[in-house]
Amino acid sequence: MKPVSVLGVTRQFGDFTAVDNVDFEIDPGEVVGLVGANGAGKTTLIRMILGLLEPTAGSVRLFGKAPSREERRRIGYVPQNLGLYRDLTATENLEFRAEAFGSHHVGRVEEFDGLVGDMSLGMQRRTAFAAATQHDPELLVLDEPTSGVSPLSRTRLWNMIRERAEGGAAVLVSTHYMDEAEQADRLVLMSRGKVVAAGVLDEIIGDLTVVEVNTEHWDIAFAALDTGSRLITLAGTSVRVLGEPLDSVANELRTAGLEADIRTVPATLDETMVLLDS
Amino acid sequence: MTWGVSKLTVRFGHTVALSNVSMEFEPGTVHAVVGGDGAGKTTLLRIAAGIGLPHEGSVHLPGPGRISYVPPDGGVFADLTVDENMQFIADAYKLADWQARADELLDRSAIAEFGGRLAGKLSGGQRRKLAGSMGLLPMPDLLVLDEVTTGVDPVSRMDLWRLIAAAAAGGAAVLVATSYLDEAERAGRVLLLHDGAVLASGSPDEVRAAMKGTVTDVAEPEDPATAWRMGRRWRQWLPDGVSGGPVTLEDVAIVSELQTNRGAR
Repeated sequence: MKPVSVLGVTRQFGDFTAVDNVDFEIDPGEVVGLVGANGAGKTTLIRMILGLLEPTAGSVRLFGKAPSREERRRIGYVPQNLGLYRDLTATENLEFRAEAFGSHHVGRVEEFDGLVGDMSLGMQRRTAFAAATQHDPELLVLDEPTSGVSPLSRTRLWNMIRERAEGGAAVLVSTHYMDEAEQADRLVLMSRGKVVAAGVLDEIIGDLTVVEVNTEHWDIAFAALDTGSRLITLAGTSVRVLGEPLDSVANELRTAGLEADIRTVPATLDETMVLLDS
Repeated sequence: MTWGVSKLTVRFGHTVALSNVSMEFEPGTVHAVVGGDGAGKTTLLRIAAGIGLPHEGSVHLPGPGRISYVPPDGGVFADLTVDENMQFIADAYKLADWQARADELLDRSAIAEFGGRLAGKLSGGQRRKLAGSMGLLPMPDLLVLDEVTTGVDPVSRMDLWRLIAAAAAGGAAVLVATSYLDEAERAGRVLLLHDGAVLASGSPDEVRAAMKGTVTDVAEPEDPATAWRMGRRWRQWLPDGVSGGPVTLEDVAIVSELQTNRGAR
C-alpha cells in the first residue's frame, strides 16, 4: 500500500479553488519535495494529507485507507514553527509527545538538554524531528525542515531525514528553497492549486531556458534591460532575462550601444517556478 | 573613504556576537552575508545600518540620511496603507519629487494595485516587497536588507532581487543577509559567517577557489565524519584531495564549519 495517494483532489473555499485536481503518490523510502509559490496550495494539500481538512472532490488515501485517527498515528509531522514547548527541556518535550502518541519508545536527545527556548535553531529543529519520529512513523511530513540553520546544521538534519527514508519511511518535504529541493528524490511543483510539473530536477526544468547576458559592465546592461514588467534577475555579475527570446534581448542591448556575450542557458529551479507560474 | 567595517568585535555580556570581522561595502555591488542563526548576521547588519552598538574596531558609513535599513520581519507600518508607508519614508528622508519613483518601485514590486491597502493586510511576500521599495525610495548609498527574502515565494523573491540588483546597478552598496546559499550565488561578493567569525569572503568564484581540498559526489562515504547527504548520494570532503568535481558555495560553507569544529577539538 502506498503511504500516500492523492487522487484527483480538489479543495474549494467558497469560490476560491486552493487545490485543483491534484494527483500524486509517495512510495516507501522515497523523499518527495513539494515546491511552489506561496498560495500554490501546498499548505492546503498538506492539511488534507494530515486528515485535518476534507477534500471538496477526489480522495486522499493513507496506507490505502481514508485518513482516520488510526492512520494518523503512522504519520510524523514537523510544522514550520516546530510545535515544541519552549519552556520544557528537549527530553520533557519528547516524553510528553511519546505519551500523547501512546508510544513506548522515547527518542534520545544528543547534546544539550536544556529548555528548548534556550537552544540554537539547529538544535530545536533536531529536537522537533526526534519528537516527530520517536513513534517510528511510516510517513514523515516536513515543512521547510532546515530553514534558518547553518549549512553544517542543515547537513545533520538531512542525514537524519535520509536515515528515516532508508529505513522505509515515505517523506514529504514542503519547501520553496533550492537548497532543500535538491535533496529530494523527486519534486512535485505546484502553481495556483495545480501540479504544473513533476519528476526529478532535470525533468522539472526540462528544456526551459533563460537568456544570460555577460559583460564587463553588468550594471549598465541591467539598467538597460530593467524596464516594464520584464522578468529580470542577477546571478553574480550575469544578468538573466526570463521568458523572452534571445533576439529581443540582443536587440535591446544593441540599441543601448552595449556589447555583451548573450546566450541561452538552462533555467534554475527558482526561475522554472517563476516561468511556470506566469 | 571606503565604507565598511574593520576588525569589528561586538560583545553582548559574555557572548561574542562578532569577532574581528572586516568587510568592505563596495558601491555598485551586492554583498551577501551568509550564515545560520547565531552567526552574527543581524549584528553586523545593524552596525552597517548605523544603529549604535558598543563595539571595538572601526566602522565607516555614508553620512546621515544616506543609509536604508530593512530589519528582519519588519520595516513596514502595519496600520498604514501601502501608499502611506511610502509617504512616511519620503517625509522622514525629506525627499522632493518622490511620487513618480514611488509609483515605479511599487509597480516593479507588483504591489501598485494595493496602494490603498493596509500593509498589515498584505501577504508576507508583498510586505517584504513593500519594505524593499521603502528602502530604495531615498536612493541610499548603502542599502541594508536583513533576511528580506526569507519565507518569500519564488515569484516575489524574483521581484525583490530585481529591486536589489537595480539599487546596485544604480551605484548603491547593498548588503543582504540570508541563510540560503543558493541566494548567495546571486551576489557579487559573499561573506560566510559562523559563530561571529568570518569563515570565508570574496567573490563567489574566489570563495570557491579558496576552499581547502576537494568535494566529490560518491555513492558511499569514505569518511562519514567529513561527508554529508545529497539526495541518495553523498558529498565527500577530502582535506588533502587534489582533483574533485565542481564545488558549490554550500560545499564551501559546510567545509568551513567542519574545519572550525576540528580546530575547536
